[in-house]
Amino acid sequence: MTPSTIELPVTAQDRRVAALAAAAIGLTLAEAAIPLPIPGVKPGLANIVTLLVLYRYGWRMAAWVSLLRILAGALTLGYFLTPAFMLSVSGGLMSLLMLAWAVHLPRRWFGPVGLSVLAAFAHISAQLAVVDFWLMPGGSLMHLMPLFLGAAWLTGLSNGLITTHLLTHTAWAPDTPPLDNA
Amino acid sequence: MLKTGILPGDWLILVAGLGLVGMLFLHQAGSLEGRVIIRQNGQIHAEASLRLNRIIEVPGPLGMSRIEIREGRVRIAADPSPRQLCVKQGWIPPGGAAVCLPNRISVENAAAGYDSLNY
Repeated sequence: MTPSTIELPVTAQDRRVAALAAAAIGLTLAEAAIPLPIPGVKPGLANIVTLLVLYRYGWRMAAWVSLLRILAGALTLGYFLTPAFMLSVSGGLMSLLMLAWAVHLPRRWFGPVGLSVLAAFAHISAQLAVVDFWLMPGGSLMHLMPLFLGAAWLTGLSNGLITTHLLTHTAWAPDTPPLDNA
Repeated sequence: MLKTGILPGDWLILVAGLGLVGMLFLHQAGSLEGRVIIRQNGQIHAEASLRLNRIIEVPGPLGMSRIEIREGRVRIAADPSPRQLCVKQGWIPPGGAAVCLPNRISVENAAAGYDSLNY
């Protein structure tokens, strides 16, 4: 085999991002196999990975993992560049923005559960806004807003609890102060 | 060191979020349910929810009309108009209306949900 003329240097951090994104993609795929009663409502298990990375490696890594997961998840599930993908991206970006703000909340008072719920609300709000302004302008999806927000509350809570558990009872438990600006 | 469990701020977020969802649900329930629109001389005299049993009295040129909302239905219970057409009409179906022309009063049962007309 001809050796590649381009050498892309791979740092340890790149490998870490790749491994974490792969875990998140795995969760996305597994979740896609679960039948769900209402279209548009799903647990968002991959966000557990985003939160873990946020606490362990900082926001930049979390953003990488989250956006790579969205991209690769869309490619593998076959909705890349479809409206569903736009929804996925808008929700992902908005929850990352929310997390960028929320990580600066005092650690003594705000933990993964609060951040998870905030991110879930940001996620669904962005998606509903995109649907209302762009995909189905004038549609009556806003009537379903309480339902979607309620679901976001529930999934945010459960993902936050899972994240807390993983951060305290597994190898994810940080020995060092959790947020280093990687 | 990372604190464990649900922290006070988390509780705040959870309660505030739940409150928001609850408020939206209540708001939605009000707007999705059918509403009754009562007009006097073409002007909106009162708007009421179909879910609340009540009797509304509306003054017209001939006298008082009594509009009754009971168990999700609405009718004109009494009216001073000579031929009593709007009273005989009985319970007004969703999307329908009753008009007491002599007393210049109309009652509209603004339908809950959608049909091809109001969609």
